[in-house]
Amino acid sequence: MAGKSLTAGKSLGPIRRAFAPWNDPTAKPFIQFQNVTKTFGDFTAVDDLSLNIYEREFFALLGPSGCGKTTLMRMIAGFEEPTSGQVRLDGQDLVGVPPYRRPTNMMFQSYALFPHMNVWDNIAFGLKQDGMPKPEIAARVDEMLALVKLEKFAKRKPHQLSGGQRQRVALARSLAKKPKVLLLDEPLGALDKKLREETQFELIDLQVKLGMTFVIVTHDQEEAMTVADRIAVMDHGKIVQIATPAEIYEQPNSRYVADFIGEINLIEGTISAIEGGITTLDCTGTGAKVQVTQDGGAKVGDTAWFAVRPEKVAISLTPPADPNVNAVTGEVWDIAYLGDVSIYHVRLSTGATVKATITNTTRLVERPITWDDKVWLTWSRDGGVVLTR
Amino acid sequence: MRRGPSWFNITAITLGFAFLYLPIVLLVIYSFNASKLVTVWGGFSTHWYVALLSNQGLLDAAWVTIRVALLSATFATILGTMAAIALVRYGRFPGGTLFSGMVFAPLVMPEVITGLAMLLLFVAIGFARGFWTLTLAHITFSMCFVAVVVQSRLVSFDRSLEEAALDLGCPPLRTFFTITLPLILPAVVAGWMLAFTLSLDDLVISSFTTGPGATTLPMKIYSQVRLGVTPEINAICTILIGIVTTGVIIASIVTKRREVERQRAERLAFQTG
Repeated sequence: MAGKSLTAGKSLGPIRRAFAPWNDPTAKPFIQFQNVTKTFGDFTAVDDLSLNIYEREFFALLGPSGCGKTTLMRMIAGFEEPTSGQVRLDGQDLVGVPPYRRPTNMMFQSYALFPHMNVWDNIAFGLKQDGMPKPEIAARVDEMLALVKLEKFAKRKPHQLSGGQRQRVALARSLAKKPKVLLLDEPLGALDKKLREETQFELIDLQVKLGMTFVIVTHDQEEAMTVADRIAVMDHGKIVQIATPAEIYEQPNSRYVADFIGEINLIEGTISAIEGGITTLDCTGTGAKVQVTQDGGAKVGDTAWFAVRPEKVAISLTPPADPNVNAVTGEVWDIAYLGDVSIYHVRLSTGATVKATITNTTRLVERPITWDDKVWLTWSRDGGVVLTR
Repeated sequence: MRRGPSWFNITAITLGFAFLYLPIVLLVIYSFNASKLVTVWGGFSTHWYVALLSNQGLLDAAWVTIRVALLSATFATILGTMAAIALVRYGRFPGGTLFSGMVFAPLVMPEVITGLAMLLLFVAIGFARGFWTLTLAHITFSMCFVAVVVQSRLVSFDRSLEEAALDLGCPPLRTFFTITLPLILPAVVAGWMLAFTLSLDDLVISSFTTGPGATTLPMKIYSQVRLGVTPEINAICTILIGIVTTGVIIASIVTKRREVERQRAERLAFQTG
């Protein structure tokens, strides 16, 4: 885990996959939100939001409940119309187009399988609406059943299926019409953890295989990071940050994103110097001096926050070579042993708590560092980032 | 702990059921009375059932009743279902609470008032009273019962089912007939049956709104009873009881069977899941 810190900072290039149309200024956006606002009464669900999603992208909308992510997705599906602004799909203006004329299909959180139809008829439902000839419908339904490995269950009714099987039927039904965009609304929320993780990888394989654009809504940051090419982190109807999972994790643009994705230590301070690519913060809360290879757009004298992930903080019983820079000292207050890792909560003399994660690479018999030990926490210059908001 | 019912329980059940069913049992027994006198037992006979078949007045009344009940129940079901959908679906709008209150007011409105109001309306617009005014009146008072039954089903209806149909390219009207209606059908059928029985035995509103040539069975029975109960009345009532009982038994058997099937299906899913 500590090795990961080398890739933080400015050189994120190697992490990115070759597929990155969002960095190509000539790429044409596939789904385009332009200054979209959606209000329900006096509640603003989506607030003057602009967003581009590219063809064949696996895009995740991530945020807490009520942040507007579902409303945004429902505007693509056509269940909500924007109060103002434009939504375009493949160059076509979607505003005013009813859901049954849009080339998008959605997989619902509740799966919304028709209880009075069997699996076969559920999958065939959308194809029948298009007036597709019967032999073609049969061929496509069989193809879909094979895709989700449910051939044996074609004649079952939804209530005769397990949760995982229902999820597959819902997926097959939403893919049957080969939509331009597949919308997934918390698709794995009802599955248990093991099955959810398996299904996440199946979704990625499927998306690559079919070459479709997928948009997923989720409140589960691990799910978003696993499946998505890019993540939009939302809060109160606005997008706080759009970036790849690695960028979101390693280079959050705000305390909100840093805190929402994973664990983070946030230390408040004042910028005292920016020299030679090194930003220096005087952190009042911890009494430490922090030097970072990145300035986060801050100027000397600004109040800023130093954000460092617990796994990039090293813990030691002996003081470092320079105990005045990028180092704090305190007592071990709490240890959370999670099996693969242990999280140490270290209470500083100022009362602040800093977390450090240690990977348990050997079988734990006796902890080398334990409760009430006086320890030193250190990190490298490129282990954390400076945040100004 | 004692097992089985106590003496108190047995007494309570006997008294309760006697209170409910003694009059009906008496009515059924006396319909097979050979004597012309209702209160004197003159031996077993099906004479009055035969006599019933030649009583044109009663048969006509029965025919009118059934036609009114079928027509009014059907229209009340259509209107009541539409009202329920509107009230559940169009969410909150100014005066929404008032509207839903107004749909359900006839449930508690004294029948005399409803009947009189209908009569005044028909007189005012110069509508000749008869079969059609009777049917209209029955639609009016039974549709709110349908609305209540259907509304309670719609409240628990998962809207995402309809959204899924729309999303898959099914226009709204077709969605209603292929998705919504099949799923709320049990409630709609229950509403229809309720409306049918309400229409079948209504006396007060019918008396106000009917005209010459459209006498319903309850009205006929009531007018005959005033002249003295004849065993024929007992016979026709026994037939009605028979019809209603058969209907109830069939309905409960169907429901029971469906429930058993559903449980078996769920067990199946559990085993393979």
